[in-house]
Amino acid sequence: MQMSETKLHDTEISPEAPIARGTVTRRGFLKASGLLMGVLGTSSAFLSLAPSRAWALELAVLSDSQGKALMAFSQTLYPHATLDDAAYALVVKALDNSAADKATLKMLDEGVRTLDLLTGGSFLGANAQTRLAAARAMEGTPFFGACRGTTVNNLYNNPIAFAHFGYQGSAWEHGGYKHRGFDDLIWLPNPPESASPAKD
Amino acid sequence: MANKFDYSDAAVVVVIGSGAGGGTLANELCQRGVKVVLLEAGKRESSATFVNDEWASFGQLAWLDKRTTSGSWRVAKDFGGLPAWICKTVGGSTVHWAGASLRIQPHEFKARTTYGDVPGTSLQDWPLDYEELAPYYARAEDKMGVTRTNDIPGLPGNNNFKVFYNGAKKVGYSASTGHMAINSRPRADRASCLQLGFCFQGCKSGAKWSTLYTEVPAAERTGNLDLRTQAHAAQIEHDASGKVTGVVYFDADGKRQRQRARAVCVAGNSIETPRLLLMSASSRFKDGLANSSGQVGRNYQRHLTGSVYAEMPEPVHMYRGTTMAGIISEEARFDTSRGFAGGYELETLSLGLPFMPAFLDPGAWGPEYASALDNYRFMAGLWIVGEDMPQATNRVSLHASERDQWGLPVPNVHYDDHPNDIAMRTHAFSRGRALYEAVGAKRVHYTPPYPSTHNLGTCRMSANARDGVVNKHGQAHDIKNLFISDGSQFTTGAAENPTLTIVSLAIRQAEFIAEQMTQRNI
Ligand SMILES: Cc1cc2nc3c(=O)[nH]c(=O)nc-3n(C[C@H](O)[C@H](O)[C@H](O)COP(=O)(O)OP(=O)(O)OC[C@H]3O[C@@H](n4cnc5c(N)ncnc54)[C@H](O)[C@@H]3O)c2cc1C
Ligand code: SF4
Repeated sequence: MQMSETKLHDTEISPEAPIARGTVTRRGFLKASGLLMGVLGTSSAFLSLAPSRAWALELAVLSDSQGKALMAFSQTLYPHATLDDAAYALVVKALDNSAADKATLKMLDEGVRTLDLLTGGSFLGANAQTRLAAARAMEGTPFFGACRGTTVNNLYNNPIAFAHFGYQGSAWEHGGYKHRGFDDLIWLPNPPESASPAKD
Repeated sequence: MANKFDYSDAAVVVVIGSGAGGGTLANELCQRGVKVVLLEAGKRESSATFVNDEWASFGQLAWLDKRTTSGSWRVAKDFGGLPAWICKTVGGSTVHWAGASLRIQPHEFKARTTYGDVPGTSLQDWPLDYEELAPYYARAEDKMGVTRTNDIPGLPGNNNFKVFYNGAKKVGYSASTGHMAINSRPRADRASCLQLGFCFQGCKSGAKWSTLYTEVPAAERTGNLDLRTQAHAAQIEHDASGKVTGVVYFDADGKRQRQRARAVCVAGNSIETPRLLLMSASSRFKDGLANSSGQVGRNYQRHLTGSVYAEMPEPVHMYRGTTMAGIISEEARFDTSRGFAGGYELETLSLGLPFMPAFLDPGAWGPEYASALDNYRFMAGLWIVGEDMPQATNRVSLHASERDQWGLPVPNVHYDDHPNDIAMRTHAFSRGRALYEAVGAKRVHYTPPYPSTHNLGTCRMSANARDGVVNKHGQAHDIKNLFISDGSQFTTGAAENPTLTIVSLAIRQAEFIAEQMTQRNI
């Protein structure tokens, strides 16, 4: 609940539809400041839901290199080896939104520079151990707090993450779990009726 | 919308807050023919507007006005601006609540006598005993449709419960799906539980009892209720004789209004209630209303709480189905051989994926933490609800300089764990670990307290006016037409989730107020 650090619940881009590469318009390119692109892994749990394997995300304020560094930083803080980059791109998008505020942009810019300094020139070029050491060195700074808070609030709150971690999201439109496995666990014995009566 | 009753109508009873205490009290008064103006700071949502989305729902329902914290409790470090996780909406925290409905045990009403003189505490016996409250408990259980009372069957257990049950059995406890104010069968015009798993986000099926769609509409049907939403009470006024005369509040347009009243009942939950009394200080009552004892805001209790999440060897999908419907009560007994006074309940709990990284270990990051989240689908979870010790220094007070959106002093919530609390939490954590390890847990996490969901004790009941704020009817010792109608009244917290007791007290208080009005005592 990093209330002050980041908006909690209105990531503007729709994670249901990562923009397919071909659909990024020329106008969009010109307007955007930076662009993050990627391809969903073939084993991605999200693949069956996505319109296309390729995705791209426009950044309004942050540059390509800032966006990539922040994405790598988010991955350093919460590394999930097989989680698609697209989920981390949503964190960068949220940071990009917050960077509409000049002071925040300055903080992010300086933070990225510091990360580069701490890793001998390029955070992106550094290995995982070096990145982790740099993250430790940054702990307690507002930059670290903003990146950590934004990651916590955005990385796990989208359909890509839901599919990856095995969470099923909104249940109402599916009639809940009453007939959809709320009690489908079979690797332990069922409790007796006295403890857990049958459903109606 | 035009008000039903005039601002100048001095015959109405003003109730502040529409949650468990206020919503119930308002309805019970209306049923007795009393005209009630119900002031609620939040908006009116409904099952149709609730969302199955943890963060979005939090933004929709939670009380997010500025608050500050102090003290050594971990909540102050993790959630400094959010000491409590409660609601600002019609229905109050009964919109968020999980539905566990337990009676306080007879010996817990006599905490001081039972536990003795525990150093550093302000323990007292309630001025009321179990036998006196029992008939009201029965009425509350019927009203709320509590399972395993009134011939209502228990709820079916979900996957999280299956793990809990089997672990409990292995370590010598018994578990069941407990007493829940959630329909296991259609009842009182409400459907049965669909096992949505979004109980904290407002129940979209209406299976879970909430004053929002039970008490409030029932009161409206009597024609005696004037519910004013987005109405934030700022001050209670009194006359020269010391009787309260009305309430000043900010309406939906931010305009200051004054509602006259025959009596005022405060049910804003245990942070806002004492705050309002303190903010109502006057030249006559310099330390705040009803505060001649100096106890307003003190003895803040929150249950000691803590959670245990375990990564099991096979998938659990704990988020499916009722958020909390599994209970072990064996540790709620009085038994000082465990190294502490008081007891605790263990109850199943789950958090959805969006909340989990923020709460499992607040502030944590790095490869190891991420690897725990990788196992989300294998997690099972339980919550510890234990009696924390009342301490005079744990208190809600007015901040010296911070102001809210109305320009009113924000409440500061100060809390230090008592050694008894720490001993109990340590014990409960290890029992939770044993339970899950008995059924094969691979890794167990001790999750520190969330922002307080149970807030109690800040205007406590006492037999003697010197020791507390209200008598056993919730009537202020100092001002006979001022009542406290929420969990602030609790003399001690007991081990049980508080809402059933809050509702029982509200039913009883309505009877008392109506009687006092008939007798022209107020
Ligand atoms: C996530 C969660 C789970 C829970 N689960 C359980 C459970 O399983 N069992 C249980 O027993 N309890 C549970 N609780 C606790 C339960 O919700 C509370 O004990 C109960 O709702 C408290 O009742 P109340 O009347 O004191 O306050 P609330 O229900 O919080 O109502 C207070 C109302 O007053 C309004 N208000 C406050 N100040 C003002 C003002 N100045 N002017 C106008 N209006 C004001 C607020 O907006 C609010 O609507 C849970 C709580 C939460 C948050
Ligand atoms: S699990 Fe049951 S009580 Fe909880 S939200 Fe769903 S229908 Fe309501």
